[in-house]
Amino acid sequence: MSVYAAPLKDMKFVLHELAGLSEVAKLPGYGEATRDTVDAILEEAARFAAEVLDPLNQPGDHEGSTLANGRVRTPKGFREAYLKFADSGWVSLPFEPDWGGQGLPKLVATPVDEMWTSANMSFSLCPLLTQGAVHALSLRGSEALKKLFIPKMVAGEWTGTMNLTEPQAGSDLALVKTRAVREGDHYRISGQKIFITYGEHDFTDQIVHLVLARTPDAPEGVKGISLFVVPKIVVKPDGSLGEQNAVRCVSIEHKLGIHASPTAVMAYDNAVGYLVGEENRGLETMFIMMNAARFGVGLEGVAIAERAFQRALAFAKERLQGRDLVGGKTVPIIRHPDVRRMLMLMKSQTEAMRALAYVVAASLDFAHRSPDPDMQKRYQAFVDLMIPVVKGWSTETGIEIASLGLQIHGGMGFIEETGAAQHLRDARITTIYEGTTGIQANDLLGRKIAREGGATAREWLRALKAFDGELARSGNPHVKAVRSALEQGAKAVSDCVDFIVAEKNPHVAFAGAVPFLKLMGIVAGGWQMARAALAAEKRLNSGDRPFLEAKIASARFFADQVLVQAPALRDTVVNGGSAVMALSEDQFLAA
Amino acid sequence: MKILVSVKRVVDFNVKVRVKADGTGVETANVKMSMNPFDEIAVEEAVRLKEAGVATEIVVVSCGAQACQETLRTALAIGADRAILVETNEELQPLAVAKLLKKVTEKEQPGLVILGKQAIDDDANQTGQMLAALLNWPQATFASKVKISSGKAEVTREVDGGLETLSIKLPAIVTTDLRLNEPRYVTLPNIMKAKKKTLEILKPDALGVDVAPRLTTVKVVEPSKRKAGIKVPDAKALVDKLRNEAKVL
Repeated sequence: MSVYAAPLKDMKFVLHELAGLSEVAKLPGYGEATRDTVDAILEEAARFAAEVLDPLNQPGDHEGSTLANGRVRTPKGFREAYLKFADSGWVSLPFEPDWGGQGLPKLVATPVDEMWTSANMSFSLCPLLTQGAVHALSLRGSEALKKLFIPKMVAGEWTGTMNLTEPQAGSDLALVKTRAVREGDHYRISGQKIFITYGEHDFTDQIVHLVLARTPDAPEGVKGISLFVVPKIVVKPDGSLGEQNAVRCVSIEHKLGIHASPTAVMAYDNAVGYLVGEENRGLETMFIMMNAARFGVGLEGVAIAERAFQRALAFAKERLQGRDLVGGKTVPIIRHPDVRRMLMLMKSQTEAMRALAYVVAASLDFAHRSPDPDMQKRYQAFVDLMIPVVKGWSTETGIEIASLGLQIHGGMGFIEETGAAQHLRDARITTIYEGTTGIQANDLLGRKIAREGGATAREWLRALKAFDGELARSGNPHVKAVRSALEQGAKAVSDCVDFIVAEKNPHVAFAGAVPFLKLMGIVAGGWQMARAALAAEKRLNSGDRPFLEAKIASARFFADQVLVQAPALRDTVVNGGSAVMALSEDQFLAA
Repeated sequence: MKILVSVKRVVDFNVKVRVKADGTGVETANVKMSMNPFDEIAVEEAVRLKEAGVATEIVVVSCGAQACQETLRTALAIGADRAILVETNEELQPLAVAKLLKKVTEKEQPGLVILGKQAIDDDANQTGQMLAALLNWPQATFASKVKISSGKAEVTREVDGGLETLSIKLPAIVTTDLRLNEPRYVTLPNIMKAKKKTLEILKPDALGVDVAPRLTTVKVVEPSKRKAGIKVPDAKALVDKLRNEAKVL
């Protein structure tokens, strides 16, 4: 049995040594995020995650959510856990104090969200979606709409959903068909939405749906999509709940993973809805939110990787099998080099992904709150560059790590009762929703590199160069080895950026988009591991020595086993494109 | 009525405790520390009494190093109103803590002092009793139920073989057992509010208490590892071993 324990030491190390919590706390409005308060928040969140959410994870997967007579029943214990979660004020963490929120920075929300997801990914999706919906409403909603919906959602009394997908409109939202017809001060919404996470549940009475739809005279394509808020129960002007709105859950999906999270098919039949922002500008709002949503899913990759690692580690220490290579008695499998290799792959990559995610979270805070507009712009450019990397790389690697976790369990990993398989099944959605890895890679290569001639990427490479000077001053042999691998990695990125900017054939360039995304991930992750090794080395004699030594070893492992793949990925990006497109469609199958 | 609650910072109950290499004590460097679980129950009980309208103010006190402030902040987040740290880096033994608490009690004049029955690090189970003796106040230890009415506390105690109910006159000392209550999860807004509550720092000297240890720790060792078992060929051999080697028959 493995019990989730939040990796508080690593989280705090990253917050303080790499992501600069004390600098974030100096930004306007973030003065509450002092070290003491953040420590207290992390410890209490860790306790809630371990004691309330984690024990429900495996039974929740087994039981799943069910639908009967239009009502969803979540697995046993989930409703009580949600009520406790909302009562404890956790939903309110990132929101403005004016709406009842705690006004804490993204950098503080990030480790806390990681904990919820590690402990129980299915559960964590409900507050995550509520956060997204509040975000959209606060960005573009009228004052009246904000007043009516946001405080209840921040308090966790009402939950939120995002209704984007329709059967014919998945990654391509231009194809959305749901109709919205104006009727006085509101609209009437009709159509079908699918894949609606927590579209229906038994946690709260009210569910606030944000719905993409078209007005009758809207232009074709993405420029004709508007955003509406459609409550499950109509809200009276005084804020009390009125009649049931004409929206219902017609079925829930049978899925590979996240079984406890109800994924609803929603039918809107002349339902009352209110416009958020202006007509035909719904997708713009969605795009502003996209960074937060994609970041959130990237963090799910980190969280599942951590949970899978902890489970595999516990098993590897207990499972007695085989003798040590140098002889002796039967030993726990953690003594075998290949099991070690797998555990180190899990540990070092999870740490690298966590560090990159938290650094990007801090950059989001600077981009929003820095008093210097020029700094805001620079941080935003860095965030825009790294969001597809955090999303694409952390989720793809998260799946690999969950798969390694299963592998360490051997045959028992293939058996559901050990719990290792659940992590792999749960992780599998993360490379798909909120934009597949292919979509992330295209965004990275097209919008974030090619469109601006590689400017932001090159600025980042210059920062890596400057950091190389710092690394050069260390005499530690491990830091030296990491430095050399990072130098090779940065060179590989630089070559790819040159190639992408120069390549005239988009088919050839985009054929290398996913390998390029992976390259960016391991170099950005390697950069963070190098920073971690340097920070650990400096504090070795005054700090937590076993932890800091392990951090340096983890960075060294990452350099030797992961970062070294960078030149090969560069070759794939630069040389591999034409073969990708070489076949005619008939040539694919020689049957 | 004011309630005084004492809390101690101890190695977290989830941590596998290790003995220092030199055998002088338990390793606490870089180890997760938390509030003693019995003290958490004590704070929870006080907060419940306040919520029930019985208590009007809850003061938490801890004695020890500066880091105990964290533990006090946790108590404030659970619902205590203000905190006092008697700050010292000296090793504190139960008698010293009881003397410090006596001074704080005399200063604060609470109607009730609630303590954990023992701390999970040294399991001494002495401070509450010593404090009652020093103050010459009635005491009810190992409480599993506390009812306050008309200047008295009716306390159900967990004793060997059953429950004992005492009625004691206030002011009094109560120490908590595990089943008194189940401490709540601290809410995020209360963690944020805890920061703004008063935390006063006192020094043992200023309270006129000599906290120098009276007992010397000679040696601390880990429990010996369980030895491997052996197989005996038959019941006769087993009986023989039990009788002649183990001498239990």
